Amino acid sequence: MGSSCGRVCWKWRSPLRRLAGFSRLLSTAALAPQICVVGSGPAGFYTTQHLLKHHRLARVDIYEKLPVPFGLVRFGVAPDHPEVKNVINSFTQTAHSDRCSYYGNVTIGKDVTVKELQQAYHAVVLSYGAEDNRILGIPGENLSGVYSARAFVGWYNGLPENRDLKPDLSSETAVVLGQGNVALDVARVLLSPLDILRKTDITEGSLAAIACSKVKRVWLVGRRGPLQVAFTIKELREMINLPGTRPLLAPADFTGLGDVIKDVPRPRKRLTELMVKSALEKPGEKEAGRWASATKEWGLKFQRSPLEVLSAADGKQARGIRIAVTRLEGSGESARAVPTGEVEELECGLILSSIGYRSLPLDSAIPFDPKLGIIPNSLGRVQGEPGLYCSGWVKRGPTGVIITTMNDSFDTAQSVLEDLQTGVLNLSSSKEGFKSVRSILHSRGVHPVTFSDWEKIDAAEVARGKLAGKPREKIVDPQEMLQLISH
Amino acid sequence: MAAPGTASLLRAAAASSRCRWLLAASRGAAGRPDGESVAARTPGRFFGVSARARLSSEDKVTVHFINRDGDKLTAEGKVGDSLLDVVVDKNLDIDGFGACEGTLACSTCHLIFEDHIFEKLDAITDEEMDMLDLAYGLTETSRLGCQICLKKFMKNMTVRVPEAVADARQSIDMSKNS
Repeated sequence: MGSSCGRVCWKWRSPLRRLAGFSRLLSTAALAPQICVVGSGPAGFYTTQHLLKHHRLARVDIYEKLPVPFGLVRFGVAPDHPEVKNVINSFTQTAHSDRCSYYGNVTIGKDVTVKELQQAYHAVVLSYGAEDNRILGIPGENLSGVYSARAFVGWYNGLPENRDLKPDLSSETAVVLGQGNVALDVARVLLSPLDILRKTDITEGSLAAIACSKVKRVWLVGRRGPLQVAFTIKELREMINLPGTRPLLAPADFTGLGDVIKDVPRPRKRLTELMVKSALEKPGEKEAGRWASATKEWGLKFQRSPLEVLSAADGKQARGIRIAVTRLEGSGESARAVPTGEVEELECGLILSSIGYRSLPLDSAIPFDPKLGIIPNSLGRVQGEPGLYCSGWVKRGPTGVIITTMNDSFDTAQSVLEDLQTGVLNLSSSKEGFKSVRSILHSRGVHPVTFSDWEKIDAAEVARGKLAGKPREKIVDPQEMLQLISH
Repeated sequence: MAAPGTASLLRAAAASSRCRWLLAASRGAAGRPDGESVAARTPGRFFGVSARARLSSEDKVTVHFINRDGDKLTAEGKVGDSLLDVVVDKNLDIDGFGACEGTLACSTCHLIFEDHIFEKLDAITDEEMDMLDLAYGLTETSRLGCQICLKKFMKNMTVRVPEAVADARQSIDMSKNS
């Protein structure tokens, strides 16, 4: 399995591993902590990785709602960002540990309750992410042509629940509400030359739809100003350099910003400088040529807050959006957008709301802060629930890049390890782990998918992709996945 | 599960090749700006297997890593290897190092250099700066390990693994991030 081995610093080859296996044979079952992790995205895998590495005996079982693992690495990361997906290699090594098992196709809260998990394991870590999105809360939000960016991303990435989205791409202008990295991902996928997309793992259905797309112009609309954009510089630079497109940046939005950003932290400073440069400076020869010959364009609109999605004569289809012009109160990251009273209308047949993801409570028995959309916790320890932990977006909210989730998951794993050491987690009561969950699942007719099952699905996807000259062709129907492994 | 010898397989993987390509390109050109003598020994030759086999012990560079817990890890790498190569090949125990495998898509191989070494490093690209912007515990002498290739002047240098502190999270709001 050479090619799927990661180049990351992960030490399965060390003698320690053999030692761990050896001592497991010698130790009694009671001494080996049985831990389970709910969710197989980066938070789940990084938590598992840290637990296995820093505890020689711990056993970790990972439960996943879908048959296939890796969460947003598979279903969130843009298809043209394969580099980020390299983390899958180290996750795969983790899953191959003889102290780790993966059980896909098991929905916690429905097939098995958290209480039942707590009876079966010494510790339960909730890392199920943010499966929902924040809503705009404006009239017309449910008109045809309006989608959440989350659903749109799920659609082109083969997330089963979004496979039938069929977004209407027949309009020339699309509006993305929000100015984060998801907004840029969505804009890039809408505007990328097909030759680029074709070589990615974008699903064939969505590629075919995008090939017929009429979208030529994408506006990214934000309530606040250029100093408050949420996207990061790598994604912006990529957008500015996207072949076949030109940026639409109004010089007035950027004049004078050079002085303001002198004292802001480096990331914000460099990000703003890049926008200022693209908006105000004369482009280089190559860039000027590309912009001149571009057939598609994208732009940033600032200080515009959505009021209403306008419907076409049929009352069903979106034809535009009414937006309030805002002014900023305060400055910097905490500036607030306040409507000025001025209102504008923007014509567009496609509206994607990209104002953030949102976690949902898993089970009414577990504390949840609906306002913050997180499980209340301290350093990953769920408040008032000894033995229950959380990591990733459900712990700190849907923000950050892969390193943020990695560090935060390591922190949670550290809390578990500390609690094992100090005896907060009582190992004297023997826990059966998956053995008892298996009988529960069996009695409820649920058939878990193992990691080697996933590897069969993976191989099938890679083989299908090969025929089309892409890294993989994702299977978008869970039933088809299950048939493939003859469930 | 990585079998013995995986490391050498991985060395051939695309992700690790960036430094070697740079080296190859500079060998084809007139030599290194910092006066490294590799080009002089094999003038005009591209970096092939035979040339690599000729690398002798004098092309080895010892590097010390100060890990997050203060532990010192010492390892040897070949001239041209990236610091990520060294960490992976020598199996150095640094948590989460090199998540994107050297493709400039994360900042987990962030390392902090001594001033006198930092000054002599090759110029940094915008793309590396972009990823460093998201690094935890950024300093004036920070670089990404995957972008720094060993040279002779680095012999016995000490690099520090930054502590994973939360301050970088506050510097930018990425609330709509993928």
